[in-house]
Amino acid sequence: MEEKLTLFKNRKRFGIEKNIDIIFKNTTLVLSSFVAIILLGIFLVVFFQSFESFSRYGLKFLVTSEWNPVKDEYGAFTAIYGTLLTSFLSLLITIPLGVGTAIFITEDFVPKIVREIIGSFVELLAAIPSVVLGLWAIFVMEPFFRVFFVFLHNFFGWIPLFSTEPTGRNSLLAILILVVMLLPIVTSIARDSLNQVPKKLRNAAYGIGASRWKTIFSVILPAALSGIMAGVLLALGRAMGETMAVTMIIGNSNAFSWSLLSPGYTISSMLANQFGEADGSQVSSLFYAAFVLMILSLVVNIFAQWLVKKFSLKY
Amino acid sequence: MNSLYYQKRLSRNIGDKFFTSLSVICALIAILPLIFLVTYILYKGGSQITPELFTLEPNPPGDDLDAGGINPALIGTLIITSIASIIAIPVGVGGGIYLAEYSKGGAFSRFIRFGVNVLAGVPSIIAGVFIYALIVSTKILFGSMYSGLAGGMALSILMLPTVIKTTDEGLKLVPNELRYASLGVGASMYTTILKVTLPSAFRSIATGVVLGIARAAGETAPLIFTALFSYYYITGFGDLFYEMGSLAVLIYNFALEPYDAQNKLAWAASFILVLSILSVNIFSRILAAFTEKTKRV
Repeated sequence: MEEKLTLFKNRKRFGIEKNIDIIFKNTTLVLSSFVAIILLGIFLVVFFQSFESFSRYGLKFLVTSEWNPVKDEYGAFTAIYGTLLTSFLSLLITIPLGVGTAIFITEDFVPKIVREIIGSFVELLAAIPSVVLGLWAIFVMEPFFRVFFVFLHNFFGWIPLFSTEPTGRNSLLAILILVVMLLPIVTSIARDSLNQVPKKLRNAAYGIGASRWKTIFSVILPAALSGIMAGVLLALGRAMGETMAVTMIIGNSNAFSWSLLSPGYTISSMLANQFGEADGSQVSSLFYAAFVLMILSLVVNIFAQWLVKKFSLKY
Repeated sequence: MNSLYYQKRLSRNIGDKFFTSLSVICALIAILPLIFLVTYILYKGGSQITPELFTLEPNPPGDDLDAGGINPALIGTLIITSIASIIAIPVGVGGGIYLAEYSKGGAFSRFIRFGVNVLAGVPSIIAGVFIYALIVSTKILFGSMYSGLAGGMALSILMLPTVIKTTDEGLKLVPNELRYASLGVGASMYTTILKVTLPSAFRSIATGVVLGIARAAGETAPLIFTALFSYYYITGFGDLFYEMGSLAVLIYNFALEPYDAQNKLAWAASFILVLSILSVNIFSRILAAFTEKTKRV
């Protein structure tokens, strides 16, 4: 009886334990809001640093391609065009290759173990740092493709896209190295979404007599489409923001040219090249360019998240 | 009668064959260059490895005879990545705990989860630009401009979303029965999280965090104008406040040098970087597969 009473007295928590609990909860709350603070901080800092340039050049900055620190004239059209061109064209090459590979490793053409090895190998490649890909692009890819580029120029030089004499680094190489970078992303996301399509859909299609590829095109791909699209958009965001490999191989020239065989520029490579030694209004202009890049990748990312929410599998 | 047998000439069978070979071709085009890439990096870089590489300073470009070693960059990468981890892991794990354990799916947690995804998509060079504006150009860190510390901070921004996400998802996988049991015997929420849920999710969180660290170790863009580069040995604590080299920036700088000796150093550094990142990845994959198997039993 005596013992029970003391237990009863102690059934309330000690004040100190309660306080620790509350402090712990609030600490984690503060830590989780760090994400929002950093995100807001990045946005505000880049915006205010670019304000000087923004008020001076306005939206003209986006459409002129003069970049002259001596005359204090800045316009980022070449870089913005380069960013969009390299990311979209590389994606255009990557999508069929990546989805094709994903189909290959989700169908039963080869034994499961082989498919799994290929799958995890592709995933491993996403871990290779882009600066190493850049190094590889400079010393292996560029010499390898040079003959091909000369051929392209000689026979298709009348098309504006191939009108310049290929001399070393150029936009087309940047597109190709981006393909190497994006392939693992697109392939592994496409593979995951293809794997998530329920087996019964496939069996139903086979059951009513559809052939294998009829099933893939009419049933499986449409069912996995939202996941694949989200993966593609994520890859697009990555391609836009990708810095090192592109900077090392694109040639870094602000002179605008329609030709893929001439050196080009992207926003991120411009930042990587000039940020270290810029001063005065050039810094502000670089921040302006960074702001444009941020908005571009934000739009793509938010759109991707919306797409996933809106069209996620309903089976 | 014939319709019971496979007919080669049927248009659907021809179409099937065509698309099958198309997907095989896609897979070959995608995978062969990737295999070539990895073997080339490992072969070319591996052939440059010497003992002196790990102990010497790199010589300034121009002296084509002897490029020296990569000791400062190697140590620098370790230091900068450690700084990033020291910042990002507590913040990320704490934030993940809030999302998974305390938040009840309200507007705030939905906003934070959305923010995590957005932050994960922010281009890495923007993180460098941000830290440059906030820390390097303002000299807020005791008057030092470019520093290893600033570089570590830039990398931590990139690590943070990965850490939060893996903690959040790892904790969500812990069965609720464990929480009920712990709370039921009278443990407080704080004890439950620290003693029960966090330990049982430890392996999946650790795997994600280690992968995040490996990814950060190879990042270059946030470092080129925050940590910059240095040719000299890191001798003491004070060096944190000065320019610091890293393997990634060394590869970038020396790949663009016209001298063969520097280029070779870049290959050697790539070999070390790629080998360590790949082995961390493979190891954590094996660990994850092992965990999955034991769980099923």
